Amino acid sequence: MNDTDLERQVQAALYAVAPDLASEPLDPDRRYRDQFEFDSMDFLRYVVELNRRTGVEIPESDYARLETAAGAVVYLRERSGSPG
Amino acid sequence: MSEFRMPSLGADMEAGTLVEWMKRPGDRLQRGDAIAAVETQKGAIEIQTYEAGVLERILVEVGARVPVGAVLAIIHGEGEGEGQGEAQAAGEPVALASPPAATPPSTAAPRPVPIAAAAPPIQPPSPPPVPSVPRPAQPTPAAVVTATAPKITPAALRRAQELGLDLTALRPDGDGVIGLREVEAAGAPSSVVAEVAQAAASAPRMPTAPSPPSAQPASPTTAKPGLDLGEMRKAIAAAMARSWREIPHYYVSSTLDLAPLLAWLEHRNAQRPVAARLHYAVPLIKAVALALKEVPVLNGHHGERGFEPAGSVHLGIAVAMRGGGLIAPAILDADTLALDEIMARLADLVARVRGGRLRSGEMTASTATLTNLGEGTADAVQPVIYPPQVAIVGCGQIVERAWAHDGALSVRRTMTVSVGGDHRVSDGRSAAKCLARLDELLQHPEQL
Repeated sequence: MNDTDLERQVQAALYAVAPDLASEPLDPDRRYRDQFEFDSMDFLRYVVELNRRTGVEIPESDYARLETAAGAVVYLRERSGSPG
Repeated sequence: MSEFRMPSLGADMEAGTLVEWMKRPGDRLQRGDAIAAVETQKGAIEIQTYEAGVLERILVEVGARVPVGAVLAIIHGEGEGEGQGEAQAAGEPVALASPPAATPPSTAAPRPVPIAAAAPPIQPPSPPPVPSVPRPAQPTPAAVVTATAPKITPAALRRAQELGLDLTALRPDGDGVIGLREVEAAGAPSSVVAEVAQAAASAPRMPTAPSPPSAQPASPTTAKPGLDLGEMRKAIAAAMARSWREIPHYYVSSTLDLAPLLAWLEHRNAQRPVAARLHYAVPLIKAVALALKEVPVLNGHHGERGFEPAGSVHLGIAVAMRGGGLIAPAILDADTLALDEIMARLADLVARVRGGRLRSGEMTASTATLTNLGEGTADAVQPVIYPPQVAIVGCGQIVERAWAHDGALSVRRTMTVSVGGDHRVSDGRSAAKCLARLDELLQHPEQL
């Protein structure tokens, strides 16, 4: 999966848990909770979606790396061992 | 033969607008089945039936305004003999390739048809009788909901075809039915979202594709399609003003040591895959429900006949909506559920608050409410009781504090919890007992 695919997966996971955010601009480098109202339950549901879509297992200690869309892409790329 | 009437779904609700019939005449009904969807100030709510039987006749058209108490339909109770027409199971399979004969949408309630082979109908939780004390309900296994093949109403099918949507990418509601709301929520896809829907459709697991938003331009005040935040705010204002006028509130608070709970949770979650982990609110919900169960004067409804304690604890969970709305649907029998089940219910409730539909039973069943502020908020909250309930539990954010334990100082993660009570029904001692019990339960999370 290349980065474009990963970006789509990350956005799909985000919009699956927060459908109302799909029509808002997304800054890939800001934390979701800083640019939207996005609480820890939303975040956990989004991590579950990411895991479901990509198959990547995500330990709790790595959650902080998924708090931005760009960070999530980097993390998923590392963990799936695919080319950038 | 009984009249199915429009229930009141909130303290000051007067009327709603019927937006969809989910069953049609001749359909067999189980207790708790969603019969119709009604647009209210709190969004579209699915009205559940309290009794089993056969839907005999519907009396109200889609689009009609229905005041509370208005008769919506006639239900032929079980044991009363055959009604008009054959009673058919709602789960009868019909292939999507041959849709049912077109019926005038405003007079007949079209039958939902499955997209794939049908599974047995789902048992939603039973709602409480109105207006007396709520009865225990049957839990809905969340796994069954997602595993059942979705059905689509003919009205939704027509709309989906108009919009050119991939039917297999549509996400059904909690009862496995794709109605107009699910289709409208999908709307005309943007290019990113269309690709995502395509990718999801070709993924091994279906049909849980993302729900893209409706095609209407996003206004800053639109939290989810079809919800008018201005109207919701009016409903909240009316309920809160009434509560403050009528209920003499008192509060007790304690700061609790959450270190044992969080340590236990982290250890437990580390041993489980992502999908099986618990949010910290889950053991909190269980502990609050158990503590309330032990103090009956904090759990139930206060009405014209005074206070009626509830046998079960149906805990309302306050969920904030983006844009400013607030709603508190119930997790039924929260004191009896396993933690994994509470997590599934909580995630499902939050998902439906964000982008789906709530059920009438969830809106009226709460016997007490929990409001958890969450991270980055404030240390403590003294929330307002939702009438006709008589208590509310408010949790502040988790804060690291210097903590004295067994004569030694350490730093622990703590939370300030308040219990608000209706002073007509209970006094500080009862609320303090509840709080002390909550503290004890949280010190032994492995027993929750």
